This record gives sequence, structure tokens and C-alpha cells, in this order.
Amino acid sequence: MFEVIGERINTTRKDVNEAVSNRDANYIQEDVKAQQAGGATYIDVNAGSRAGSEKEDMAWLLKVVQQAAEVPLCLDSPSTEVLEIAYSMVQQRPMVNSISLETSRYEPMLSFLRGKDCDVVALCMDDSGTPSNPQEVVARAVRLTRGLESVGIKQESIRIDPVIQPISTGDNNSVLAMESVRGIMEALPGVHTICGLSNVSFGLPQRKGINRIFLTLLLASGLDGAILDPLDVKIMSTLRATRMLLGQDCYCRNFLSAVRAGNISL
Amino acid sequence: MNEELVAKISDLQEEDALRLAGNIIKQGGDPNDVLAAARKAMEEVGQRFAVGDYFIPDLIYSGTILKGIVSIIKPHLKQEEAPKKKGAVIIGTVAGDVHDIGKDIVVFMLDCNGFEVFDLGIDVPKQVFIDKIIETNAKVVGLSGFLTLAFEAMKETVDAIKEAGLRDEIKIMIGGGQIDEKIMNYTGADAYGNDALDAVNLARDWLMQ
Repeated sequence: MFEVIGERINTTRKDVNEAVSNRDANYIQEDVKAQQAGGATYIDVNAGSRAGSEKEDMAWLLKVVQQAAEVPLCLDSPSTEVLEIAYSMVQQRPMVNSISLETSRYEPMLSFLRGKDCDVVALCMDDSGTPSNPQEVVARAVRLTRGLESVGIKQESIRIDPVIQPISTGDNNSVLAMESVRGIMEALPGVHTICGLSNVSFGLPQRKGINRIFLTLLLASGLDGAILDPLDVKIMSTLRATRMLLGQDCYCRNFLSAVRAGNISL
Repeated sequence: MNEELVAKISDLQEEDALRLAGNIIKQGGDPNDVLAAARKAMEEVGQRFAVGDYFIPDLIYSGTILKGIVSIIKPHLKQEEAPKKKGAVIIGTVAGDVHDIGKDIVVFMLDCNGFEVFDLGIDVPKQVFIDKIIETNAKVVGLSGFLTLAFEAMKETVDAIKEAGLRDEIKIMIGGGQIDEKIMNYTGADAYGNDALDAVNLARDWLMQ
């Protein structure tokens, strides 16, 4: 199963920010429905840019999103206080986004997660910053997995994010990501991987196209989840075609259904 | 001004630019003229970036070429002729955030444009900014942060600088992933920038009046 975490309900997006300010439930719910129709298997909810009012805004968003969502939610906040409120509100088993090895985040997140029933996104960041080689990423992934297991999170509930760095600032950053995904999947059978794609194209023109091609490279390396915009028909088409080409689509069912529904544009 | 050298550098023709600079020095040319051409070229590169012809890898490459040129002329510059810095800027990623890519580009561009840069690194506690302001007497501070949680740390850092009685003497700029005017007002900073070039222009406005 490949997880598509729909990234649109995020207050760093101008439209969503306005809808939250105006308490425009309809706008949010239409967006959620469109993401589901596009293929989202989780809806990410992030109110982190609302400095000073994240708690109330997150609570409002969760109430409104859940009235429209059939799929589970991905609770996206660095604050355990916000996550605690969010977790108490969800109707389906959520994904929590995210823990990392940074001191300010690691222990508070572990205490928050202890005994809870959820999927967890685990970011391969520590106090020294972004990782510089695949061995380092895998070592961080192992530490995160052991830590999460110690508070009762099962391996199959863990989604490791190897941390994607821009190709514009390091020629090898895409290869680093590919080797990291492969390394994590080999070192930690049962654990999943996930990542956002857009960091890779930071500082470059033609970003959407680059992100899309990067997705195919990561899929070939074993990636089994991504945070993306399910309304972007081209990236969803690329995802479906690539999974078919990787032998992950029996009798090409998903791909062909999407073609017949008019949802494929390559 | 050697316009050919300016063109070679701003067109990112590394080999040609370095060969040309080497020849000028070999023929007894003034290393300060070479440096002036390089600076003019860097301005042109910044301009091309600003209008969208150049991208971040172009900026980084131009800096590499500039460093190559400087290493060619350095042995020929007399000590007293060493290029004067335009003023000091303190930069760091605020507490709780460990992202360094954007910050490093800003540091690099400020350095290339002749500012003295004190890079405090990532996850920088507010007191470290204050200590550095006192130690260096720098008049510009840049706070970087990629995560939304950095807004709070930026605000706390600005507040701490105020409490330390240093706020009136310095200018504070912020930058990172999601910064806008509203966030700038929330943190109490003087300005924000969307890219490294904004940082250079702000520093130039503040330090070179």
C-alpha cells in the first residue's frame, strides 16, 4: 500500500490561511473532498504558521475537516500541546507528523506517543542538522525506530523521512535521498519511508517537473509514501504509471481505471 | 575596468575568467582592478538572479569563481590594500531550528559582497546572539528559520535583544521558508527577506548610508 498524504490543508498556503481566518468551513471541506477524489489516503492538517493561535485554529480545522474526510488525518505540528488536543479529537487512527532526533523534540514527542495508537512520521534530523551520507541517515532511522518501539509504536506504524535536501545546493542530494530510502528499507524491514518532494527543487526553475521526476526515482528506490498535492494531476499520474511499471499494480487495474476516469495526464 | 573580465565572471565562464585574471596579474596589472571587476561582475550576477535569469546554483558557482580570483590576486595585494569590509553582520538559525541551507546561502552572498559575516550556526540560543553583538559591535543581525516554530524563537530573540538594551543600536532582518510581513511584525524584526539577495540589499542599505 502506497500512502498519499494530501498536503493542502496547511496555513502556509494563502487560501487556506484566509479560510481559517474567516472560519470558512465550506472552503476547507471542498478542498478535503477534492484531495480524497484525487487519491489522498491521509489528509495532513497543519496550522503551524498561525503564530499565537495554532491551538484554536487546529481544533477548528480538525472539526471541519473531519466532517468531510473519509480517510484518516495526519496531525502536523511540532508542538506536543497542539498534538495532544488534536489526538483527542480524531475519529480515526491518525498519523502524527513528526518526531525527530533534535533534543527539543525527541523526548517530548516520545512522552506524547507513549501508549498512543497511531502512525508516526520520523524525521532523520538531529541537533547537528541535515544528514550528509546514507549511512548517517540509516543510523538515525535505526535510533528513531528503537526509540519509538520503546514507547509502544510498532515497526509497521513508523514512517521514516530521510530529509530531502535541495539539488541546487548539493549536486549529490538526490542520490543521497535515493540511497537513504533504499538503505532504510533494507536495514529496517517492516518500517516505511515517506517524504515531501518539493525541497529537492528549491532554488530552481521548472520545480513541478523536477519534483515529479524525483518521485519516480524515489519510488524505484523503495519509497512507499509521499506528502504531496493530490490535486496535481500530473504528479498523481506519474505516481500511478510508475507504480505500474514497478510491478505494483495487478493487471494495471489502478492505472487503467484512472485513465478511464480521465485522471491520467502524463 | 576590464570589461572582458566582468563579462567572463558574470557569464560564469570559470576557466576563461581565471586565465584572464592570471594573465592580467602576470603582465603587471593592478590586482585592485581585478578585484573591482570581480565585484562589478558579482553585482551583475545578483541582478540576473533578481530578474530570474540566474538561479541558486548560478549564485553558488559565481562565488566559487570569485574565490578562485581572490586566491590568484591575494599574493599580489599589499597588506594595507586588503579590501575593506563593508560592515559586520551576525547570522544564525534561531533556537529549536536546525535548518542551514538558506542561512548558508545568505552567509555566502553577504561574504561575496564584501561584508564581514559572523555565522553562529544552527539552533542558536538568544544569549549567543546577544553575546556576539556585544563582542563584535555588529549593527545588523539576521535571524533565519525554516520551521513555523522558529517564529516564536525569533520573537524571543528580538525581545531578548531589547531587554539587553541593544535593540536601538541594531537592525534585525529575518528570513526563511514562510516569512511574510505579518510574521515580521509578530517577531518585532525591522525587515524580512525572501532570498539571499534581499539580505545583501538590506545589509547594504543599513550599513552603507
